[in-house]
Amino acid sequence: MKTSTKIKNKQDRWFYLFCYAVVTILTLLVLYPVIYIVSASFSNSDLVAQGKVWLWPVKPTLQAYEIILKRPQIWNGYKNTIIYTVAGTLLNVAITLLCAYPMARKNLRGRGAIMFIFSFTMMFSGGMIPNYILVRDLGIMNTRWAVILPGAMSVYNMIVCRTFIENNIPDEMLEAAQIDGCSNTQFFLRMVLPLSKAIIAVLTLWYGVAHWNSYFNAFLYLRDQDLYPLQIFLKEILIQSEQLGGEDIVDADNVSTIYVTLKYCIIVVSSAPLFCVYPFVQKHFQKGVMVGSVKG
Amino acid sequence: MKKKKAGSAVIKKRDPRKDWDLYLFLLLPMIYIIVFKYLPMGGLVVAFKNYKVRQGIWGSDWVGIDQFVRFFESYMFKDIMVNTFVLSFYSILVSFPIPVIFALTINSVQNKRFKKVTQTIVNMPHFISTVVLVGVLMMIFHNRQGIYGNIVHMITGEYPADLFASPEAFRHFYVWSAVWQNFGWDSIIYTAALSSVDPSYHEAAQMDGASRFKRVIHVDLPTIIPTIVTMLILKMGHVLTLGFEKIFLMQNPLNISASQVVSTYVYEMGIAGDGAGNFSYATAIGMFNNVIQFILVVIVNKISKKVSETSLW
Repeated sequence: MKTSTKIKNKQDRWFYLFCYAVVTILTLLVLYPVIYIVSASFSNSDLVAQGKVWLWPVKPTLQAYEIILKRPQIWNGYKNTIIYTVAGTLLNVAITLLCAYPMARKNLRGRGAIMFIFSFTMMFSGGMIPNYILVRDLGIMNTRWAVILPGAMSVYNMIVCRTFIENNIPDEMLEAAQIDGCSNTQFFLRMVLPLSKAIIAVLTLWYGVAHWNSYFNAFLYLRDQDLYPLQIFLKEILIQSEQLGGEDIVDADNVSTIYVTLKYCIIVVSSAPLFCVYPFVQKHFQKGVMVGSVKG
Repeated sequence: MKKKKAGSAVIKKRDPRKDWDLYLFLLLPMIYIIVFKYLPMGGLVVAFKNYKVRQGIWGSDWVGIDQFVRFFESYMFKDIMVNTFVLSFYSILVSFPIPVIFALTINSVQNKRFKKVTQTIVNMPHFISTVVLVGVLMMIFHNRQGIYGNIVHMITGEYPADLFASPEAFRHFYVWSAVWQNFGWDSIIYTAALSSVDPSYHEAAQMDGASRFKRVIHVDLPTIIPTIVTMLILKMGHVLTLGFEKIFLMQNPLNISASQVVSTYVYEMGIAGDGAGNFSYATAIGMFNNVIQFILVVIVNKISKKVSETSLW
């Protein structure tokens, strides 16, 4: 008997060791490229290109950052991205809440039909070209509206929000409020909104990150460089390898390799805001996934 | 997900006049959904026309299903459909099971701090933008200046060939970079489900002498099966909606034979460069894809309703 438990324990020990090993390896696989990018952005570009940088910066320098941060396109892109993110997220959250609350009211007449109208769009859509024609015919092509309006609400997020409200605001509360003569609007403003802080945080983060990272609408609908968000500049520099130009690059003695570190640097510059807040807010993101998984 | 309830209580609907403000709330979302979702669906009529910008949607000539026939008969048709299917199924085949396995593995880790730190790290890439992801991929696997090129150079003394010129490599890049980015995030839903496992099951199994590994298979796994089924339905339902954004960024003339999928072809025909007059043709291609997709969602949902009582509506 004793020996058999000992064997079992030994088996278990191997199993645990295996689990720790798998998790550790996967974590390192995720972490390594991230560390490498940051290190490379601070290193001498000749050495990065020759493969002398493996983990930590070699011959640390701020050269790439000095060049990148001097470019007006970057600051302009930053400004535009912030505008799209803030305005877009505000609009998203407002419309989502306006839609989710009535949809959470089980006794609303026509609820099923209205819900169907919304959820059908998750299964079928006009597609790229009809959207393009629409944006053009609305006359918002090449304006900031073209970036913000087409994605004003995500039906999926609305359903997550609705589920949250259904689960967290009991019907009895509404009934009691109604007996006291509280209107729907008052109930929404005084009870639902304060009690929905958690889901509002989740929605803000989801929409905010999506805006910060999106390039597609801007790419399709914007022609004017002054309106470009950061991601479009990133696309031009990282993917199309477009040149930044400028005397500080031409005069540099590592002009042949400088673009390698410039690319790493621009990644760090553009992603830094997200990753600075990420550790503090990741809990909320995960909460959102779980709310959504309950139903919907 | 909606679980079908047998004889769920009938809710008494209120007099709509009492809820006038709720309908007012819905006005803005409704306008949005009609203008930006349903109008484009109506815009699909251009697929049956020969759309000319000057004549507008309604003024253009009807051509029936000519645009669809043109696509079916085009020499690109077979390649595009094959690429779309291969990429979709390769993607699901790999990116679906990995988060499940990861969740089961990390759930067996007992050190709470270790668990938390590793989870924070593996969830992080989910928030990297597509542009940055593809950019990083191209730099790290650069055949001269990237880590990949330098490692091969160190071992063999020669620089390797450019992987981004290879259609074969494109598929692996597409699928595995998505795994790198999302396996942690996709596992959250399973770890959440696993945290609801009743510890008494584990204790009972332990009494019977089940090893930890056996308990993973016979206690943990069955608990998350409903979640797995639901997620699989969701994935299958979207199997053909390959993300245009990432493929488009990874595409180049050298790997086009593997990277041309429906959505990128729609873009190329309808919007990019010389295709500007081809709105109708491009719309027809997109519509063909969406219709197949739609039928697929309905079928998958029907099957799952029968098999597991889990369905999307």
